[in-house]
Amino acid sequence: MSDAMIESIREFFRQLAETHPKWNFIYIYDPGVGERVLDGFWMTIQLSVVCVILSVVIGVVGAWLQRSHHVWARLLVQGYVQFFRNTPPLIQLLFFYFALGQFTPTYSPDGWLEQPVISNVGWAIISLSFFAGAFNVEIFRSGIEAVPESTIEASESLGMSHLQTYIYVILPLAFRVSLPALNNNLVNLVKTTTQAIVIAVPELLYQLVSIYNDYSTAQNACMVLMFVVYIGLVGILVLGMNRWERGMQIPGYGA
Amino acid sequence: MTENNWDSTQPIVSIKDVYKSFGALEVLKGLSLDVMKGEVICIIGPSGSGKSTLIRCVNGLNDINSGSITVEGQEVHDEKLDKLELRKKVGMVFQQYNLFPHKTALQNVMMAPVLVLKEPRAEVEQRARALIKKVRLEGKEDSYPGELSGGQQQRVAIARSLAMQPDVMLFDEVTAALDPETVKEVLVTIKELAQEGMTCILVTHEMGFARELADHIYFTDRGVIVEHGPPRTFFNDAKDPRTKEFLSQIL
Repeated sequence: MSDAMIESIREFFRQLAETHPKWNFIYIYDPGVGERVLDGFWMTIQLSVVCVILSVVIGVVGAWLQRSHHVWARLLVQGYVQFFRNTPPLIQLLFFYFALGQFTPTYSPDGWLEQPVISNVGWAIISLSFFAGAFNVEIFRSGIEAVPESTIEASESLGMSHLQTYIYVILPLAFRVSLPALNNNLVNLVKTTTQAIVIAVPELLYQLVSIYNDYSTAQNACMVLMFVVYIGLVGILVLGMNRWERGMQIPGYGA
Repeated sequence: MTENNWDSTQPIVSIKDVYKSFGALEVLKGLSLDVMKGEVICIIGPSGSGKSTLIRCVNGLNDINSGSITVEGQEVHDEKLDKLELRKKVGMVFQQYNLFPHKTALQNVMMAPVLVLKEPRAEVEQRARALIKKVRLEGKEDSYPGELSGGQQQRVAIARSLAMQPDVMLFDEVTAALDPETVKEVLVTIKELAQEGMTCILVTHEMGFARELADHIYFTDRGVIVEHGPPRTFFNDAKDPRTKEFLSQIL
């Protein structure tokens, strides 16, 4: 798009805001506000990607520990799952940041201001990953239970260790069974990242709310953008997961 | 396995007075048998007589309550024994094939040698292709188990076990889940193996096969060996009434 075209689009929305004050798309024609939206969008993407990856890792490790011979390991995972599954993620965020945050060490980069080692973004990542991870543990566990005991025996009868059997036989099969449920949970996780607003993580919702607090006429325009962005973001995630699901289908196996 | 004094004049598999129960259910009640290197042993008997449990004990898939099982002189149910080392020596084929459904035939055969024996991929692939050819599945290397018939899957499973170059092969009712037409192709494969001198222990209902190939037949019922002997004497002059009854029902 040429500069002239961009300028004419901006001009259009500037006019619209004047003739219809309820529809002030300020983030389109004001570059400063536009940047805040982009920053928020970028933070939401980062938060989503990091939490998705960490929560899947937590799920895989947790499901592995649940098969452990050690009672304490199973109890630990069980306690963790129950705690995070049965409490609201909003309260978890508040608890992590305000309660646990008090006990984390601080450091002072400039010699004046004391900063906690874990920032609010850090706590959001930890809290949301553990939240979604708890569900992933259960999702992978049910996937693992769907792998026939006889297939595991065959692997062990070939001399493969428990860990090799888990990595090369159980997980690949369990993963395929788990994908639809995992799909749902990750969609939920991306949507839950908006709750990080309560500990002032500057993600998209935070930025848009602060924009319409500054420019009250922009409220409707900000609401519209929120829906559009999340429909797009979750849409891309679902599309990607569905492709992945299809790509992992084994010829002649399962549905 | 650790060094020991075993040599091939001694039994390669020796089962002595083995007892095994699942909870209150006593499955094996003092079973003993010896297998020499290169022998083909068939274990027959009614269902629930402990046949499968017995051979599952040989590679440590089931543990035993008392008695002893040795493979090449090494006690299988020794706490200190490395089960992985044992399983390199003892291959096993199952009734339900139990192939890895997410791997192609070739990958199924290659997996354990690459992961367990840490052999170079290229070398393993060469051997795997040769084994697939040996079980007459040339051209099916890249098929997934779900795309193969039962008999074909079972032959891949045999190739998969052989890829570990075991000294003893255990066959647990490997034709029981197959169509009558495909039973033969699997039996032919096992027959070739036996003729090449592989030590085989089979749990089977294929009496014709047992009669033709076995060096020794064991008839088990309710956890004990009721009668045993070479096929000719076993099939022609069984002495125990239970053996007679069983044979009259299935022959």
